Amino acid sequence: MTDQGIGASVKRKEDLRFITGKGQYVDDINRQGQTYAVFVRSPHAHANIKSIATKDALSSPGVLAVFTGEDIAADKVGGLICGWMIHSKDGSPMKAGPHPALAQGKVRYVGDHVAVVIAETLAQAKDAAEKVEVDYDVLPAAVDPAKTQAAGQPQVHAEAPNNTVYQWHLGDKEAVDAAFAKAAHVTKIDLVNNRLVPNAMEPRAAIGDYDAGLDTFTLWTTSQNPHVARLVLSAFIGIAPENKLRVIAPDVGGGFGSKIFIYAEETVCIWAAKKVGRPVKWTAERSESFYADAHGRDHVTTAELALDANGRMLALRAATKANLGAYLSTFASSVPTYLYAPLLSGQYNIPAIYCEVDGVYTNTTPVDAYRGAGRPEATFVVERLVEVAARETGRDPAELRRANFITQFPHETPVIMTYDAGNYAACLDKALEMADYKGFGQRKAASAAKGKLRGIGFSAYIEACGIAPSRAVGSLGAGVGLWESAEIRVNPVGTVEVLTGSHSHGQGHETTMAQIVSSKLGVPIDSVSIVHGDTDKVQMGMGTYGSRSGAVGGSAIVKAAEKVIAKGKRVAAACMEVEEDQVDFDNGEFSARGTNKKMTFGEVALQAYVAHKFDPEKIEPGLKEGSFYDPKNFTFPSGVHIAEVEIDMATGVTRVDRWTAVDDFGVLINPMIVEGQVHGGIAQGVGQALLEGARYDESGQLVTASFMDYSMPRASDVPSFNVAMTNTPCPSNPLGVKGCGEAGAIAAPAAMINAITNALGHEDVAMPATPQSVWRAIQKMPAKAAE
Amino acid sequence: MYAFDYQRPKSLAEAGSVLKATGGKVLAGGQTLIPAMKLRLAQPGNLVDLGGVADLKGITQHGGAVRIGAMTTHAAVAESSVVKAALPGLAGLAAGIGDPHVRNRGTIGGSVANNDPAADYPAAVLALGATVHTSKRAIGADQFFTGLFSTALEDDEIITHIDFPVAESFAYAKFANPASRYALVGVAVAKTSAGVRVAVTGAGDSGVFRLADAEKALGSDFSAKAVSGLKVDASNLMSDIHAEADYRAHLIGVMLKRAVG
Repeated sequence: MTDQGIGASVKRKEDLRFITGKGQYVDDINRQGQTYAVFVRSPHAHANIKSIATKDALSSPGVLAVFTGEDIAADKVGGLICGWMIHSKDGSPMKAGPHPALAQGKVRYVGDHVAVVIAETLAQAKDAAEKVEVDYDVLPAAVDPAKTQAAGQPQVHAEAPNNTVYQWHLGDKEAVDAAFAKAAHVTKIDLVNNRLVPNAMEPRAAIGDYDAGLDTFTLWTTSQNPHVARLVLSAFIGIAPENKLRVIAPDVGGGFGSKIFIYAEETVCIWAAKKVGRPVKWTAERSESFYADAHGRDHVTTAELALDANGRMLALRAATKANLGAYLSTFASSVPTYLYAPLLSGQYNIPAIYCEVDGVYTNTTPVDAYRGAGRPEATFVVERLVEVAARETGRDPAELRRANFITQFPHETPVIMTYDAGNYAACLDKALEMADYKGFGQRKAASAAKGKLRGIGFSAYIEACGIAPSRAVGSLGAGVGLWESAEIRVNPVGTVEVLTGSHSHGQGHETTMAQIVSSKLGVPIDSVSIVHGDTDKVQMGMGTYGSRSGAVGGSAIVKAAEKVIAKGKRVAAACMEVEEDQVDFDNGEFSARGTNKKMTFGEVALQAYVAHKFDPEKIEPGLKEGSFYDPKNFTFPSGVHIAEVEIDMATGVTRVDRWTAVDDFGVLINPMIVEGQVHGGIAQGVGQALLEGARYDESGQLVTASFMDYSMPRASDVPSFNVAMTNTPCPSNPLGVKGCGEAGAIAAPAAMINAITNALGHEDVAMPATPQSVWRAIQKMPAKAAE
Repeated sequence: MYAFDYQRPKSLAEAGSVLKATGGKVLAGGQTLIPAMKLRLAQPGNLVDLGGVADLKGITQHGGAVRIGAMTTHAAVAESSVVKAALPGLAGLAAGIGDPHVRNRGTIGGSVANNDPAADYPAAVLALGATVHTSKRAIGADQFFTGLFSTALEDDEIITHIDFPVAESFAYAKFANPASRYALVGVAVAKTSAGVRVAVTGAGDSGVFRLADAEKALGSDFSAKAVSGLKVDASNLMSDIHAEADYRAHLIGVMLKRAVG
């Protein structure tokens, strides 16, 4: 079955239904007696609510209910939570204000939820929502993360003086200071990692349903992790005990992190379903998605790299202000801390690293994990520093990297990570060859002859995926363990159902997980069904984010498959009348060693259920096994991306001319899907570097609140990618896989800005490098280069 | 979207009387109006869809002009053999509007009547000195556009067709807004026996405008060189998050040169 198993580029099983419009997304689901919710949102970034008049809305046609924060408070519905406790460097716990599902007395960002109107039809709910009269006392807003901690700034939450949630640090400050003191060269840069709007193709949606006969709740929601949603809604928000709350995340059309979190809208829908005694449906409009989906990135950083006279890296330090927005979203606190600073060693042997991060409140949409989550921010810091250091010291950027690569594994970095395996020089060598690095000078000259600038930029990234060893993250403040579950149910004729706690929202698990099972059990992938996204089917799971589903979810499937094989051997031994240790299993067949006795996987499954041929005192009937797999370590995918750009000096337009990506994801389950993930990731990274950027004005209005002003990357913005892999298996999990979902988005921004600044001959251009900002940077070029 | 009444007249006369009777809003492709209605930013009580008036569609050569019916889609203009032969630059302009969805729904009459300051067609109408024919009269290009989203059209006046004089040369160079693909700056240059006309869209703080200095320079020497030193005044140009006025002024110069070729 190797033609369909691990390593085969089989076509995705799920695509037939997706590309023929047969997917079942939350908005495709309609319940008997369904009602519609519309949220009344704050038009102000910061205001006290003096009063809310709901009378006119309540008497509007078709309206069943109008609820405000008072109703939420009266029913003691818990607030939204942040699941990761961060302690400041002085040991104090982070200072977080409450996050009610409907505002109570104050609104803190444009789009904050003030009230909900529930009506028979969506149009009636919208009409009535306009009749909810909210009297605001508008306050000045704190908008800029670089200034929000200053004296006199508006205070977002009374609980967090100076809008400071935490002042966290990692690393050895004294060792870093000492290394800098003896450095031959210090490179210092200031960076802004621009704020991004996730813009999943499917907007968020929810349907809450309450069955009064059974006293049970069901929530359909666009979630990357329905079990975590159930846990939070049950244990913290208090909707219902877990056994009375079913959460279903059916087909989900992209998440990029933004659908990890437990938001106000689904909380209100499930709570309100019981209040009105009818199912309550909400589907975000695109405008709402801009305001109300957690944004990504938004760091302001100063970073320094110390080199000795030979170009050896001595130390790195970084100070970052991380904008967390107006409330702490579900994992907001962890993203700019433990998902960021531990990656600041990059692929390099850096003896000392120190990072300080201030997590700050502003009157803006909450910020949380977005494709890469902390790791793109770290890579941007490290790879910009290394590139600038190479330029400042007159070294080739590829060779400065190579000279500092970690070559011995396992390698313990000064920022709590232990890299288990890697071969960074192999990636670099392959990338240099594929990119025709030697021919760059010629291509640059050809561009110059056309009056254009050409630049080349590197990004040698590392990421920590396969999130994560539960005890390790627990010691760092995580409120949950990050194992994964799998259950394999073999049917009597040998077909297989796999229940996984992972969730697929574009990744292709129905294919890749079936491929794992095909390799292990020797059955064709069409005989394997993957079940996910329903808490009534899958007992418990931690969901999909952080490139964890292959390394953690896939490993759980391997463990469960091994148990199935072990049980199958016992059944087969009894049937073939040999000792259990005489039975081998290979490629879907059980055989008795030294005999010609054989049984197929299906025959053994049938015998397991028929149960005629073994002693029930010794072997239980049936063939079903489960596993909870807790990883030993993170995985460490790495790679080298090389961007080559051509810039039109007259307009400032940057064209991405060539892109080389050599990634090391270890063992590949489906190389075609992996390549697709790399393509998508690069496109998103190029989007961040050239086009995307959420902008607020001084009053806290989101200026880029639609696709008219927020520029998403299009196919024409990227070239045909030149992608290759090296394969250093991960020693920390049974599959040898590392994770590939975020790599492109992590690598690309640094490669792009390094290429643009290489072309310009100076470093003064910020992300996104829009035509206007590149044109302004061209005006600042050293005169010689400009000629 | 708020509730509204919808009518689809079969003739221009019927459309005129329905419009007068209801005080309704003309739907001519709806690529601006429908999104505005969906966002509840526009709430016409009556919508009069011109899509059923067959006479308003079509492209013909009419003496020295290309006549384009008001309800002709951008895609039809882009693909028209008549336009491609007589005014290839106009076909190219139409092919660069929005995306395929917009080009197959949006119409020339709708675009010109809306007079979005970043729309492409107004630059062509103004540069070519086209004549906008309506249910009531003929209006010259220089009189038609009166400011941001405003035109000389009266409330119950319907554009029937536009006559574009066939020029010796006509070209349009557009720098597209990376997000919306509207013109951040679009420059149309037309050379006719009467002289050279240059119109700029996307940049002016009161909509499409003519660039007199460029017209003068090109009138005596129709070459990119003649306008290479031209300084464009930024004082009446728009500034927004995508482009400040000085960058727009610079881009006008660049696009002007590219349009002249």
